[in-house]
Amino acid sequence: MMTNLAANRAADRITDIESGIQGAAAQEMLVIKDLKTHFFTQKGVVPAVDGVSIRIPEKQVMGIVGESGCGKSVTAMSILQLISRPGRIVGGSIMLDGEELVGKSVRAMRDIRGDKVSVIFQEPMTSLNPVYTVGRQVSEAITVHRHVGKQEARQQVIEMFKAVGIPEAERRFSSFPHQLSGGLRQRVMIAMAMVCQPKLMIADEPTTALDVTIEAQILHLMRRLEEKSNTSIMLITHNMGVVAEICDFVYVMYAGKVMEQAPVFELFDHTKHPYTKGLLNSIPKPTEEKQRLYNIKGMVPNLLRLPKGCRFSPRCEYAMPECRESEPELYDCGKNHKVRCFLYQKGQGGGADE
Amino acid sequence: MQNSDILTLNNQSLPPDLGLPPAEDIDAELLDNETMWDRIKIMLRKNKLAAASFVVIVLMCLAAAFAPFLTPYEPNKTSLKDRLAPPSREHILGCDELGRDHFTRMLYGTRVSVMIGLLPTSVAMIIGTVLGLMAGFYGGKIDFVIMRLADVVLAFPSLLLAMVVSYTLKGGIISIFLALAAVKWARTARVIRAQTLSMKEKEFVEAARSLGVKKSTIMFRHILPNCLPNLIVLLTLNIPESILDEASLSFLGIGAQPPSTSWGLMVFRCKPFLFEYPWLAIAPGVAILIFVLAFNFLGDGVRDALDPYLKD
Amino acid sequence: MNNPINHVNHEGRKVLAAAENVVKEFKLSGNIRRGDLVVHAITDVSLNIYEGETLAMVGESGCGKSTMGRLFLRLLEPTAGTVRFEGRNLADLGEEELRHLRKQMQIIFQDPYASLNPRMTVAQIIAEPLNTHQVYGSHKETEARVKELMKKVGIRPEFTNRYPHQFSGGQRQRIGIARALALNPKLIVCDEPVSALDVSIQAQILNLLHDLQKEMGLTYLFISHDLSVVRYISDRICVMFLGKLCEVGPTEEIFREPKHPYTRFLLEAVPKPNPHLRKEQKAFLTGEMPSPVKPPSGCRFHTRCPLATERCSQEVPVLRTMAERQVACHMVNP
Ligand SMILES: Nc1ncnc2c1ncn2[C@@H]1O[C@H](COP(=O)(O)OP(=O)(O)O)[C@@H](O)[C@H]1O
Ligand SMILES: Nc1ncnc2c1ncn2[C@@H]1O[C@H](COP(=O)(O)OP(=O)(O)O)[C@@H](O)[C@H]1O
Ligand code: SF4
Ligand code: SF4
Ligand SMILES: [Mg+2]
Ligand SMILES: [Mg+2]
Repeated sequence: MMTNLAANRAADRITDIESGIQGAAAQEMLVIKDLKTHFFTQKGVVPAVDGVSIRIPEKQVMGIVGESGCGKSVTAMSILQLISRPGRIVGGSIMLDGEELVGKSVRAMRDIRGDKVSVIFQEPMTSLNPVYTVGRQVSEAITVHRHVGKQEARQQVIEMFKAVGIPEAERRFSSFPHQLSGGLRQRVMIAMAMVCQPKLMIADEPTTALDVTIEAQILHLMRRLEEKSNTSIMLITHNMGVVAEICDFVYVMYAGKVMEQAPVFELFDHTKHPYTKGLLNSIPKPTEEKQRLYNIKGMVPNLLRLPKGCRFSPRCEYAMPECRESEPELYDCGKNHKVRCFLYQKGQGGGADE
Repeated sequence: MQNSDILTLNNQSLPPDLGLPPAEDIDAELLDNETMWDRIKIMLRKNKLAAASFVVIVLMCLAAAFAPFLTPYEPNKTSLKDRLAPPSREHILGCDELGRDHFTRMLYGTRVSVMIGLLPTSVAMIIGTVLGLMAGFYGGKIDFVIMRLADVVLAFPSLLLAMVVSYTLKGGIISIFLALAAVKWARTARVIRAQTLSMKEKEFVEAARSLGVKKSTIMFRHILPNCLPNLIVLLTLNIPESILDEASLSFLGIGAQPPSTSWGLMVFRCKPFLFEYPWLAIAPGVAILIFVLAFNFLGDGVRDALDPYLKD
Repeated sequence: MNNPINHVNHEGRKVLAAAENVVKEFKLSGNIRRGDLVVHAITDVSLNIYEGETLAMVGESGCGKSTMGRLFLRLLEPTAGTVRFEGRNLADLGEEELRHLRKQMQIIFQDPYASLNPRMTVAQIIAEPLNTHQVYGSHKETEARVKELMKKVGIRPEFTNRYPHQFSGGQRQRIGIARALALNPKLIVCDEPVSALDVSIQAQILNLLHDLQKEMGLTYLFISHDLSVVRYISDRICVMFLGKLCEVGPTEEIFREPKHPYTRFLLEAVPKPNPHLRKEQKAFLTGEMPSPVKPPSGCRFHTRCPLATERCSQEVPVLRTMAERQVACHMVNP
C-alpha cells in the first residue's frame, strides 16, 4: 500500500543523490571535509570529532546516528561554530552552500546562524527564554536577519506557526513558553528555525524528550517542511527507528569517526559494519521469542584512551588480528555505501554478509 | 530484501556473559574520579590568589596559636619609657600609649579575632544546619516556626541585633560569641533548608524510603552529606563577616574588653593617635583587611571549584 | 472475601499486589482567587499484579504511571481506595509492619544519576537495605553478600569502594538493581529503568532483568513508554491515559489486536526500525493532552478520539472484562 509509494519516492531520491555527487558540487548544501574538533582538557586531548566528512545535498534529510558520546552534537556545534573552550576546530573545512565556515569571524557567523543555518535542540524549554512570549522570540529571529517591520514579522510568524501546525496561532503568539506543552514548544522551535528559510536545519535529538505520539507528529512535520521548502535537514538521533522513519541518507558515528554511510534503504537492507549491526540487533524485535536480546558487549571507549587500531575492536565480534594493529579506512562498497571496516577492504571479498 | 544479514547475526552464538565489561573500560571510566577535595586541590593549584589566601590564613592561624613563641614581650606589660615609641628594631610596630609592644598585642589580638571568626560561626552553622534540615525535611508547622524565626532575625540589621544581645550581656568576648551565634544561624538555616527540599525530591532519597530506612538516618546520612559543598561556601562567607562584626562591635566599645584585645579593639583604641602615630591604627586595620580579603578570595575559589556540585 | 478482586483469580493465579478503585489526587496551592487546584493523577484504577509475571504499564508522560507504581509500594498514600500486597491492606499496617513489608517490594528508577547517593560508596549503597533490616549479624557476612550481589548484576566486586560518579549510566543502573535485589524482594517496580540508556546498554540491562526474574521468581511492574521494550519484556500490558486505565491484556494480543482507540494510536506512532514500513500518511493523534487538573468529562479521551460520540462526553466508560482482556470504551467490546 503506502509502502510502495514511500519506497519509490526514496528510490528517486537516491538516484538524485548519486547524480548530485557525480555532477555539479553546487547541488550540495553542506560539505564537511575531514573535520577535527578536539577538546583540550586537563586530562588530555579529547578527539570528539576525529576526521569526519559529511555531504548533504539539497533537499535531503540526512541522519547522524550513534550512541551517546560519539561526537554527534559536537559535529553540529562545529558547523554552527559554537565550540567554546577548551574545544577547538583543529582541522578540516565546512562549506555551507559554497561558503567556508571554519575561521569565520564571530560577527559573520552571527549573521549566518539563524539565517542560512538554524538549529533545534532536544529540550525546547532551555532554548526558549521564559520571560518573553514565544511570538516575540520567533519575530526576533526574523527582524535580526531581515529588514521587515514589526507588523510584517508578526504576520510571518503567525503564518509559520500555522505551517508547523500550532493550533490557534494568533493566540499562541502571545503565550509564554511555560504555557505550552512540550510538543508545542518543539513546534515553536521548529518555526523559529524555519522562519528565515535556512539552507540547512540541524535538529539535535529533536524528539528524544517527547512522547511517541508527539514524536510521530514532529517527525512527520519535519519531513513535510523539507519537501515543501529548499531546506536540507541534518537529523541527529540515537534512535534507529527515527532514522528509518524519515532519513534519506545515514551516517553512523562511533567514537568521533564515521563508521558507515549509506542511503537509508541500503543501510537497513545491507547493513555491513559490525557496529551498525549491533545497534540494529539491540532493538527488541516483535518477531523474536522471549530469548535474550543481542547486545554489544562493553561500552563506548573513553576518547582519552582510544584502543589501538579499529576503535570498535574491543567490542567487535568479528575483530581480526589486523584490527588491533591499524585503523581501517572508509572502504567504498558501491551503491554509495561506505564502510570503515577491514571486512570490506578491497580483495577481502565483501566480508561477513554476502 | 529484509534485514537478512541482521537475522543471521542474531542466530549466531550470543556472547556468553553480558556481565563484567572488560577491565580496561572501567579503568577508563575512572579517569573521572575527582572527589570534592580533589577539586579544591586542583583549584588551589591553578588559582594563585586563592592559594596565596590559603597560605595567609594558615600563617595567621599559626601566628595566633604560637604567639608566645614569636615575641619576647608580654602583651599586657606596660612600660612608661616606651610610650608611643615609633617602630624600631626592638619594637617592629612600635608601642602603644601604655608602652606595650604593638606587634605582640597584634599577635595576641589575632587569637581573639580568629577565634571570633571560627567559634561563633561554627556554632551558628551547626545550629542553622540542624534547624534547616528539620525545616526542609519535616515541613509543615516545624518548617513554618523555624523559618519565621529566621525571617525575624534576618529582617533585623545583624549588627544592631548583636549589639542588643552583647549589651544586655554586658559586653566581653563571651557575649560577642553568643551575639554572633544568635544572628548567624538564620542564613545557614535558609540555605540548608532549600538544599534539603531539593534533595528530598531526589530519587536516592525515595529509594531509601522504599528500603524502609528511618527518617533520621535519611536526614543525616543521605541529605546532610549532600549539603557539604553549600556548608563550605557558607563557612568562607561567614568567617570574615564575623571578624568584621567583631571589629565593628569592638570599635563601638562593646566587643572585647581591655586589657584583652582584638584587632577591632586596637583600631578603636588607637584612633585618637591616627594623625601623629598612624601605624598604630593602620597595622591592625590592614590585618583585618588582609584576613577578610583572604577568606573572600578563598571562598570564591572554593565556590567555583564546587560549582558543578552546587548545581545538582 | 467479598472484594471485587480476589486473592486468587479464576485461573488459580496468585495475586501478589492489587489496587482496588484507587484514587490519587495532588493538591497544588493555587492562587487566592481560584483556590486550591487538584491534580487528578489517578482516578479509580483497579489492577492486579500476578505472582511471577511482568506487567507493563504504558502511556504518555504525566498519565500517572510513576504515581501508580509508588502507590503499589505505598511510597504514596492513596486518596481513596485500597492497595493490597499478598491480600493485606497496606493502609492497615503499622509503621513497623510496613517497614518490615518493604523487604518484599522494591523499586528501580529511571535516572541512574539521581537514584544513587553521590556521597556513598557502592558497598554502602548496596549494604544499606541489609543494614537497615539487620539481615546479617556480622559485618563480614554483609560484605560477602554485597560482593555476591555485585557479581550477580555484573559489577566487578573489586569496586566496592568506588563512588557512583565513577561508573557509566548502565553500570549505575546495575548498582540500583543490586540494591533492589539485596533483600530478595517479591515485587520490583521498574520505573522506566532503561529509558535513559543507549540501545546497546539497554539490551544489556533488559537481559539482566530477564535473567534475574527467571532465577529469583521476581514479579515486575515494568513502567515504560517504549513499546518495543515493553513487547519484549512483558507478559501483560496495561495502557493508561490521563490517570485511567484504557486497556489491559496479554502483550501479544494487545499488539496483534489493539482494541481501545488510544492504544491503536500509541502502537501506530512507534517509529519502526525498518524504512520499508514507512507510511506517507500515518493516523496521528491530534489535539493537545488535556490537563489532569481539569480532566474532560465522560471518557477522558473523548476530546481526541475519532470514534467519540455524544455518549462519550457524558458517560464514563467502565473497564469491561472478557476473558483475559479488559477495555474501557463505549464503542468497542473487549
Ligand atoms: N566541553 C567539553 N569538554 C570536554 N569534552 C567534551 C566537551 N564537550 C563534549 N566533549 C566530549 O566530546 C564527546 C562527544 O560529545 P557529544 O558530541 O556531545 O556526543 P553525542 O554523540 O552524544 O552528541 C564526548 O565524549 C565528550 O566527552
Ligand atoms: N508530588 C506531586 N505533586 C503534584 N502533582 C504531582 C506530583 N506527582 C505527580 N504529580 C502529577 O500527577 C500526574 C501524574 O504524574 P506521574 O505519575 O509522574 O506520570 P508519569 O510517570 O506517567 O509520567 C502528573 O500530571 C503530575 O504532574
Ligand atoms: S575493522 Fe575489525 S574490529 Fe573494526 S569493525 Fe571491522 S571487523 Fe570489527
Ligand atoms: S469511550 Fe468514546 S471517546 Fe472514549 S475511547 Fe471509546 S469511543 Fe473514544
Ligand atoms: Mg548529543
Ligand atoms: Mg514517570
